[in-house]
Amino acid sequence: MPVIEVADLKKSYGQVHAVRGITFSVDEGECVAVLGPNGAGKTTTVEILEGYRTRDSGAVTVLGMDPAHGGTELRQRIGIVLQECGVEPYLTVTEVLTMNAGYYRHPLAVTDVIHIVGLDEKATARVKSLSGGQKRRLDVALGLIPDPELLFLDEPTTGFDPTARRQAWEMIKNLNQLGKTVLLTTHYMDEAQALADRVIVIAEGQIVAQGPPESIGGRADGAALIRFLLPANVTIDQLPVEAEDAGDGAVLVTTPTPTAALHALTSWARDHGGELAQLSVTRPSLDDVYVHLTSQHDRDAT
Amino acid sequence: MVPAISRQVRWEQKSFWRNPAAAVFTFAFPLLFLVIFTALYGNGTVHVPGGEVKFTQYYVPAIVSFGLISACYTNLAFVVCIRRENGLLKRSRGTPLPPIAYLGGIVGNVIFVALILTTLVVFLGVIAYGITFPGRYLGLAVAIVAGGFCFSALGVAVSTFVPNEDAAPAIINFILFPLLFISGTFGPVSSTSALGRVAAVFPVRHLVQAMVAVFNPFGGGTGITAVHTLALLGWGVVGLLVSLRRFRWEPRIKS
Repeated sequence: MPVIEVADLKKSYGQVHAVRGITFSVDEGECVAVLGPNGAGKTTTVEILEGYRTRDSGAVTVLGMDPAHGGTELRQRIGIVLQECGVEPYLTVTEVLTMNAGYYRHPLAVTDVIHIVGLDEKATARVKSLSGGQKRRLDVALGLIPDPELLFLDEPTTGFDPTARRQAWEMIKNLNQLGKTVLLTTHYMDEAQALADRVIVIAEGQIVAQGPPESIGGRADGAALIRFLLPANVTIDQLPVEAEDAGDGAVLVTTPTPTAALHALTSWARDHGGELAQLSVTRPSLDDVYVHLTSQHDRDAT
Repeated sequence: MVPAISRQVRWEQKSFWRNPAAAVFTFAFPLLFLVIFTALYGNGTVHVPGGEVKFTQYYVPAIVSFGLISACYTNLAFVVCIRRENGLLKRSRGTPLPPIAYLGGIVGNVIFVALILTTLVVFLGVIAYGITFPGRYLGLAVAIVAGGFCFSALGVAVSTFVPNEDAAPAIINFILFPLLFISGTFGPVSSTSALGRVAAVFPVRHLVQAMVAVFNPFGGGTGITAVHTLALLGWGVVGLLVSLRRFRWEPRIKS
């Protein structure tokens, strides 16, 4: 049974149509990333699922309940990591977690949660004294303390330095491997790629693409890029496939059939006793696909 | 529900005493005013129903009122506004803690602080300034309950008009301080004067007069009159209705 089911969800704020008919579902144990530019409707969608906002229309169930009426029963079973949300500044990390653990039927042990998020050294420090990154870890710890079946993460690593991001990713991956369902929003492609089983791209309140990060937006079927240094004494015309000059002695082959192209190139290189220096094959990055998808949507909309 | 609220009150207490601003403004201010104003006017007398009393016999109950107002109204208006804008209220809504338990914890905390403050001021008055408490415990209890309800409700109501943390001190104190002065909190104001008549519309005056009456050494009864009690309860209901109508758990959307 899906943990989250959303059908034709709509929400407007006055004249602004924040969410214009979104349909998706999330299965148990999945990690799904909702990707989109600022103002695309990500947070509105997630906050409707968390029970913070009411919807205008559409059907929504979270853990079999309607979040608009789920009340305390739903909140017992979900963990929420919000964006920019304060914590009691004068309590310590341990105290805040102990206080929150008291709200749940089966909370995780406070010391375990502190360890999972790597705040051991700050356990007795007041929240006020934590750095931005440490506060964000505390946010995540507060999301974990209920031992939730479903964890919502709203832009969990915004403002993190690269090391802290990697650590947070490891943490989220570990949680997901423990069987928790995770729904995260992000506007970082690499984050979606690193964490998600499935990516849902939202632009202007609508889903423009969804699928595994490897193949989303036709990424798997798109043209591949083969790049290498042109061997000495060879001109581009002499290559067995069509190629273009990529500058600095490199050539670029753009092809929908990279296997065949590579085969032709490597056979040719072997016959000529040469090596294709710095040979690389890449697909369009998730970044390229995302920019393409969201900008295409902008053009269609105007 | 009661255990949940009392647990919240304990956490709020812990938080409160570690916050220097809250502790100083709520607690030190009334005590400081008591000491300074008594040093200035301590030798005078004040006319109360039934006769003349020395200044401190009037001023201690007035400061008890001020303490109650600053603990309930000022504190709540600040705390609710700051927690709303910083997302603490929103965060609490994401947990299974019933909203009434969360708010009950905040209100329970300020009532507890008000009780400590009242006790402290009365003890100081009796021991240091030699005032008499005529044993009107019921009157004192009614004044504290009605006043606590009134100024807590008004504190929450005013918090809903404060747009952000920066605007909080100005709005909250600009509403309160003129009323404190015209209501006789820092020195008697005649009921027949123009200021006294204006003040009689507002709840501060009624709490001050009720407290002074509770401490009035002349005459019997509970001290507190039905007019004062009803005025406090009435303003409390107004505060409650405004709060119920305007209360928001989420920060205002920042442009």
